[in-house]
Amino acid sequence: METQTLIYLFVGLSFALYIGIAIWSRAGSTKEFYVAGGGVNPVVNGMATAADWMSAASFLSMAGLIAFMGYDASVYLMGWTGGYVMLALLLAPYLRKFGQFTVPDFIGTRYYSSAARVVAVICLIFISFTYIAGQMRGVGIVFSQFLQVEITMGVIIGMGIVFIYAVLGGMKGITYTQVAQYCVLIFAYLVPAFFISFMLTDNPIPQLGLGSALNDGSGVSVLQKLDNVLVELGFNQYTAGSKSMIDMFCITMALMVGTAGLPHVIVRFFTVPKASDARKSAGWALVFIALLYTTAPAVGAFGMYNFVNQTNEVEYSEAPSFFTSWEKAGLIAFQDKNGDGVMQYRAGTAFDGKPEFTGETGPSGERAIANAPGTDNANEVYVDRDIMVLANPEIANLPGWVVALMAAGGLAAALSTAAGLLLVISSSVSHDLLKSTFAPNISAKGELLAARLAATAAIVVAGYLGIYPPGWVAQVVAFAFGLAASSLFPAIFMGIFFKGMNKEGAIAGMVSGLVFTFTYIAYFKLMNPEANVAANWLFGISPEGIGVIGMLINFAVAIAVASFTAKTPADIRKLVDSIRVPRGAGDASLH
Amino acid sequence: MDDKTPTEETNAAEASYWRENVRLLVTLMAIWFACSFGAGILFRDFLDQFMLGGYPLGFWFAQQGSIYIFIGLIIFYSWKIHRIEQRYHLDDDDEQSDSESEG
Repeated sequence: METQTLIYLFVGLSFALYIGIAIWSRAGSTKEFYVAGGGVNPVVNGMATAADWMSAASFLSMAGLIAFMGYDASVYLMGWTGGYVMLALLLAPYLRKFGQFTVPDFIGTRYYSSAARVVAVICLIFISFTYIAGQMRGVGIVFSQFLQVEITMGVIIGMGIVFIYAVLGGMKGITYTQVAQYCVLIFAYLVPAFFISFMLTDNPIPQLGLGSALNDGSGVSVLQKLDNVLVELGFNQYTAGSKSMIDMFCITMALMVGTAGLPHVIVRFFTVPKASDARKSAGWALVFIALLYTTAPAVGAFGMYNFVNQTNEVEYSEAPSFFTSWEKAGLIAFQDKNGDGVMQYRAGTAFDGKPEFTGETGPSGERAIANAPGTDNANEVYVDRDIMVLANPEIANLPGWVVALMAAGGLAAALSTAAGLLLVISSSVSHDLLKSTFAPNISAKGELLAARLAATAAIVVAGYLGIYPPGWVAQVVAFAFGLAASSLFPAIFMGIFFKGMNKEGAIAGMVSGLVFTFTYIAYFKLMNPEANVAANWLFGISPEGIGVIGMLINFAVAIAVASFTAKTPADIRKLVDSIRVPRGAGDASLH
Repeated sequence: MDDKTPTEETNAAEASYWRENVRLLVTLMAIWFACSFGAGILFRDFLDQFMLGGYPLGFWFAQQGSIYIFIGLIIFYSWKIHRIEQRYHLDDDDEQSDSESEG
């Protein structure tokens, strides 16, 4: 069968599966809508958490980041996995024992304050929308790349699918769809990785292949070879880095703490039957996540190796087919600076900004580019980092069904994360804002209806952001992790481990951490992007890593304020006591 | 097991359970820090002079090893804290949930 037919078949089948699951697992009560009834098996929940967590960015972009950043990309690998240790050990079992529906629920009750709850809701909504816009965009890109529909149409189809299972099924529908989506996405990720690893090193396990010798007879290991090749072309050594140690440290820490504080991840642990299951579930989640995350460095390194091998010093007329097909998509470009018709791939930017195609063809048949050539280097090849995963099967000449699998996998990753985010947005509106704050007399039925309406509204906003992405979306992903690290995490952590933390301290801490981090990121990313260089950063910490300082400020301010304000009331101290022991958990219950 | 009403004794049990838990957490979080921030970032240059197969050791910790250790830490904690809970009769083994979907 043609690759294109296979893509339609695979994507169509996976969508039919998701919709089938959604119809089978409709939510009938608020408890089913918010926490899937609280009876999800920990292994199942672990798998759903993994799908929820691994977004379009993990699936599509991470291996590309690793390919082009080498060691520096370790911040993502450690940062996005280490947070699960914090979740399993420091947060999840206690939050499950507390037994409510949402993160603001915990903060509002523990700090006996609607103000604290509203601050938490604001953080949560901001974090979630920043995140979701990127997911809908990812859906659009996969559609336009593989199914040849307009990005707008792609986003609308994606919205429709998410609408069906998130609005009908709530957390219950989402959980079981995410299990299916995990299976699709991990299969799609691992299959090409096995093939490529076997082709280059004779070892089909990518994690081992990356540490093995190439099978080209040279006996040199993959990483050694990559180091040599890249240094020859003027790049940094692949296994060395260019980020400063303090920046590596802070970005990794901010991503870890941010992961542990992300509401759509935390809320997944409200769905298991009891506190000890929350621990197990976090462990399973990390196992399922690690399958992809330990494979990604191999995919990135192999991809880079193949890419350099097949393009550098190759005549354009002999360019491999993946090169011309992605050039057609505008994500690869060739600007023949020295006019020899041969592609030189070197360090440095071939030209400023994204390629602007003139619509004419150059002397070798390449798409001509209007951008002024970069004069300080000899690089002639522009390549968008995001293509590394999607193009990998083509670069390695794998069969059409593997390419089709990638398309279905990319969609599964984006849709599952989008659905999880929509759910926390809708439950924070219907549960935390309406039921707990502004309309406490709302009936259970009314609350469920409000949750569905909020989910619908959130899908429409997310879709709009996906179709008309504001320029700031790509710039502010740092916000999501930085804000989660500097606002939500310290408040939850101290709520469990520090009985003396009171309302005044927690609110002052959240607000100061939030304001500091927000201002720092907004200054360097939005207001004054030219100043965003290491020399201007506080202690040499980039906006991506500043959440750590925000977190420290939060802790310091909270403890200082708590020390000279009223003591925590006795019933709250008792509540903390009961959260700390697993016995007597029962169900996540209504107020 | 019969339900105990909260007495001085159970409160003392809860308090020493919590102390043991915190001690265990401090140890495990120290390992968490050492394998990622320590081996993967702070002491990477030193470790990179050793090789693990074709991987420089520090690079391996940063892109592979720390993730495996993270998994080990969670599994160990789940097992160990459960034993401590049983010793203090504070486990949730016989808790009911409305759908017994567990295996």
